[in-house]
Amino acid sequence: MSFLNRNVSETQIRLKDRLWLYIFSILVLFLLIVPSLVVIPMSFSGSQYLEFPPKSFSLRWYEAYFFSSSDNGMGFNDWMGATWTSIKVAVLTIFVATPIGTMAAYGLSNSSARVRGILFPIMISPMAVPIILVAIGLFYFFVQFKMVNSITGLVLGHSLVAMPLVLIIVLSALRNYDMNQEKVARSLGASRLRAFFEITLPQIKFSIISACLISFLTSFDEVIISLFVSGGDNSTITRAMFLALRDQIDPTIAAISTVLIIISSGLLLLTQLFGDKKD
Amino acid sequence: MALIDEHVNEAVLKNLDRKENFTLFGLTVPYLFLIFFLIIIPVGWLFYMSFIGRDGSYSFENYERMVTQKSYIRIFLTTFKISFLTTLICALLGYPLTYFMSQLSRKWAGICMIGVLIPFWTSLLVRTYAWLVLLQRKGLINNIAIDLGFISEPIKFVHNTSGTLIGMAHIMLPFLILPLYANMRAIDKDCLKAAANLGATPTRAFWTVFFPLSIPGLLAGLLIVFVICLGFYVTPAVLGGGKIIMAAMKISSNIELYFSWGAASALGVVLLVVTMLILYIASKLVSIDQIGGNK
Repeated sequence: MSFLNRNVSETQIRLKDRLWLYIFSILVLFLLIVPSLVVIPMSFSGSQYLEFPPKSFSLRWYEAYFFSSSDNGMGFNDWMGATWTSIKVAVLTIFVATPIGTMAAYGLSNSSARVRGILFPIMISPMAVPIILVAIGLFYFFVQFKMVNSITGLVLGHSLVAMPLVLIIVLSALRNYDMNQEKVARSLGASRLRAFFEITLPQIKFSIISACLISFLTSFDEVIISLFVSGGDNSTITRAMFLALRDQIDPTIAAISTVLIIISSGLLLLTQLFGDKKD
Repeated sequence: MALIDEHVNEAVLKNLDRKENFTLFGLTVPYLFLIFFLIIIPVGWLFYMSFIGRDGSYSFENYERMVTQKSYIRIFLTTFKISFLTTLICALLGYPLTYFMSQLSRKWAGICMIGVLIPFWTSLLVRTYAWLVLLQRKGLINNIAIDLGFISEPIKFVHNTSGTLIGMAHIMLPFLILPLYANMRAIDKDCLKAAANLGATPTRAFWTVFFPLSIPGLLAGLLIVFVICLGFYVTPAVLGGGKIIMAAMKISSNIELYFSWGAASALGVVLLVVTMLILYIASKLVSIDQIGGNK
């Protein structure tokens, strides 16, 4: 067992003295990753009850998900309809949050430190205000403009949450970018807009792409705002799931969860892929 | 002549400068517009509503209720208790793990980081649902414990405090790890070498050098976790099974069930003030970029 006496740090701690830390850390990592994954085998269970490991396998819960009737008496449209609403809202959120957030980041990164110091805290306020307050505030606001249960209301609400994330991502990309390149282009006669699109944008494009993906995910996973400002035929999948979860443990949710895990980790993988290519 | 030219030039430049600043400010207008209409106005309105009594006149009754009614006091106590315990669990599990990660090579730390980011990006509802499945009476955890002979009767994990804590700690852990990791990575390893050189044992070097240097990151993480917990809604609603009522849930039921905007707003204002106060302290400790992690 000589490997236990190997030094594992610069202060000459031997592996055996630190073994507990390794075991503990791996255990915590295990606890972080594995619990969400149990829903995957569960979703293929043939039984009405959620037993683990499943005694029989079937695709009945996927059937229930993909081909559910629209009349389930739960106050929202069918699962597939809710999924499409979520996807629609998330895609639209990309188109609202990313350009607005990018523009603001560009403006902010070129302004003086004083302006930045005032505007930045205001701009990230959607992250700081408790989301339940944002949700009931929006609910009240949308009631006045008859925007409750509308796609527009949902997109605006989700964009509000996604914009600060876009802002932070693009700001940090611009921090590593030399703005003088744009000045060169402009001194050669390019307009500011042209300089941005031809010089700056190509160099920060990976950050913009990851901002898009994160906007999508933020909207797609959002529960509280959806709970208040969506309803009826425009329920999102998260709202439908939450309402179903409060009442009973429907195994269909395991199937939906599996699909959501695949979507999230797929997008996460993409962001990591793009994120690693330093702009 | 030359002098005048210079002067004119200066004025033109100044003018251009002003125009430039104006354009740059213009770019932030759509963003600020949305913030103004969707955050400042609605939250301001809630603030106003919190001072409107049941009969429609100005009054402090919504705030008075919070200090006089037992049910409200209990909600505050529950909210603080759950938030505090979740934060504590996150610290006990997260600190050693983050320390471990900060000692690894960048490559291995990156691999561990994926393990932290996967749950971070998995839908909150999915994770809550997974815990509901795992912890229920006939769930995996009870089954294993019975099979191994630890217990003879299934333990009730869900629809009580323990289930809520387990679920919330799982969801909050990445929020502690991300700022703490950034902090620990930045600690100069030479400080530890110097301590060892001066005769400190590894344990002593850790406690007198490394730990104090990691306190800003730890505090930031703890405050973030605590603040998010204060406003938590989904997980306690599902895993608490109606027995754990936190502030956000009360706000929601005040509106959905009782249409009592005044009561909901007052509770919201208190939640907001506490949150802002804690975030202000946190922002004095670390930069905001670190708080957000890479999310």
